[in-house]
Amino acid sequence: MKISLFVPCFVDAIFPDVGMAAAGVLERLGHTVDFPEKQTCCGQPPFNTGMWDPAREVARHQLRAFDGVETLVSLSGSCGAMIKVFYPQLFAGDRDEKSACDLASRTHEFSDFLVNILKVEDVGARFPGRATFHDGCHGLRELGLKTPPRKLLANVRGLELIEMKEAETCCGFGGMFSVKFPMISTAMGEVKCDSLIETGADFLVSNDSSCLMHIGGMLEKQGRPRKCYHLAEILAAT
Amino acid sequence: MSATASQGPPPSSAFRASARRFTRDLRHRGLIQKALSGYYTKRDENKSRFQSWQGARDLAAEIKFEAVNHLDRHLEEFASRIESRGAKVHWCPDAEAARSAILAIARENNVRSIIKSKSMTSEEIHLNDALESAGYGVFESDLGEYIVQLRHEAPYHLVFPAMHLTRGEISDLFQKELGSEPTDSPEELTMIARRVMRKKFCEADMGISGANFGVASTGMISITENEGNARLTTALPRIHVAIMGIEKIVPRMSDLALFLPMLATAGAGQALTCYNTLFAGPRQPGETDGPEQFHVILLDNRRTALLADPEQRDALHCIRCGACLNVCPIFKNVGGHSYGTTYQGPIGSVITPHLRGLQSWKHLSGASSLCGACTEACPVKIDLHHHLLQNRRNAAAQKPLWYERLAFAGFQFLMRNPALYALSLKLGRLGQIFHPLVNGSPLDPARAWTSSRSLPKLAPRSFREKWKARAK
Repeated sequence: MKISLFVPCFVDAIFPDVGMAAAGVLERLGHTVDFPEKQTCCGQPPFNTGMWDPAREVARHQLRAFDGVETLVSLSGSCGAMIKVFYPQLFAGDRDEKSACDLASRTHEFSDFLVNILKVEDVGARFPGRATFHDGCHGLRELGLKTPPRKLLANVRGLELIEMKEAETCCGFGGMFSVKFPMISTAMGEVKCDSLIETGADFLVSNDSSCLMHIGGMLEKQGRPRKCYHLAEILAAT
Repeated sequence: MSATASQGPPPSSAFRASARRFTRDLRHRGLIQKALSGYYTKRDENKSRFQSWQGARDLAAEIKFEAVNHLDRHLEEFASRIESRGAKVHWCPDAEAARSAILAIARENNVRSIIKSKSMTSEEIHLNDALESAGYGVFESDLGEYIVQLRHEAPYHLVFPAMHLTRGEISDLFQKELGSEPTDSPEELTMIARRVMRKKFCEADMGISGANFGVASTGMISITENEGNARLTTALPRIHVAIMGIEKIVPRMSDLALFLPMLATAGAGQALTCYNTLFAGPRQPGETDGPEQFHVILLDNRRTALLADPEQRDALHCIRCGACLNVCPIFKNVGGHSYGTTYQGPIGSVITPHLRGLQSWKHLSGASSLCGACTEACPVKIDLHHHLLQNRRNAAAQKPLWYERLAFAGFQFLMRNPALYALSLKLGRLGQIFHPLVNGSPLDPARAWTSSRSLPKLAPRSFREKWKARAK
């Protein structure tokens, strides 16, 4: 299958290895991967702020960047949900509504794509250690992806998954929310960090690097750092 | 009950200040977590008693859709049926009209003492303030409401008004206000309040209640409670006044077969509450008890404005169960009083801008990570977290902030120019070299982030650079 990668801007800038790992996993499974180079940001920051006009223009650029793409795989549940769930709303009644809906239907989050489209649950990965998994809320609730990442992790050799208390509770990142209401975001993060430490896991896995940036950054600041990995990085290891 | 918003700082500053205080208060955090952990267990236990909780939610949403989208018809049917049994229905467009109607009833009947059962709608119209300043004594008979009344506080949570207090604090309060002996036992605390209340019940000549549901087909009001105080409030005094928001209508009596267990489960983690009572009007000829007069206050107070908004109309499905508060990580950390308005939590953040003004209350819609736990918990399937997004959009469209407009114009320009975007990553890498000089200081431009989190570093080579290099 010909697969195009959607590497959200912050993954591009801060976590490039997540993109490389995802490409590696898909290629190992025998697929062709490309990266449409004109892509930048999905437009979620202005969208969530309520500034839908600039959000739409940024999103329109993505529609052009992904023009002609057969299958788009997103490396973030949140940015994936932006395209899959919110582009059709953002472009309702707009001249590009059809292409927005079309792109939405061809876009899949990474774990969803592996498990539900490629029907692969075992990618032949090996990553020894005790892990706990954090659900990014957009992946979990907008896209309904509770099980795919867990199915994939269950087949990783040497990896033991320990669920944390109230695993489905938000970590408090929330994009711009994290800096607009830092006191609330921080309190939510502290609750999450405590649940995570309580599991005794060696490292944290998520399918959203944005949550990891927040949780990992907080653990580091608290002086109890833990390794944080995107699911793709775990699956790429053999 | 304190006056809100009329004096003091603007609601958004008050919210921030209060949120700052409560989010740091680890004792408060622990208290609320502990109070809710018992609720989660019981809620899940009782959800599993439904053949299908999801199926029940679908059905409940359908029934409320029908009720709300034909509200005119259902309200008229409700009113004509309950009036045919001698009740008087007061159609009140706003809080002022509702307060005046209730004051007029009290005055015309030479009322001396008023007892109330739990009603968030009465909080919404600031009824106690109005009655007290007109010289009436008002006594809250719901234990939680009584406790917060003694503390001169607004309810902390729309279902659990005194959730933020420990037994010890309640005992201290009772010692101070009622002269009782200190005790740690919930039963004894209840008995202390009960002794005071019994006397008040016998004295009161007017009872004010809320209404959980108004049944259109039979013209009845349904009240759900656990303490039995609502029954006494409505049965002993010679006048019963029930306050009901117009959205509380359900079309048929049979709908209660779903809504009563659903409200109990979602709201309190119970299979059913201890008492569920239907009220059909005043004492009928030949009956030996019940009030001589029965008044229903039907309150609009901008609900029809929400009804006129097809996008967010489903917010009127709300049965005020509080399930969205109980799962909301924002609520759990900022606490109920930070909201500064009658309805707390996600539902409050959604409807308060509609009920009290978008620009003054938009900050509640902004203060959310949009995690969606509320929408998932809502038994009547209100699309809560998406309504927060819509409120943000409507607020920005109505009155854009100049700095956001400027920032996102720049953002738009950058993100539509991939070459410029790639360049900005390189410049960012240079810039971040200097960040340690200001890290955490007042000069740190990223201070809102770095005060509690270490700053993520831009990678030496971005993905697009690595990808290009690999292709060669």
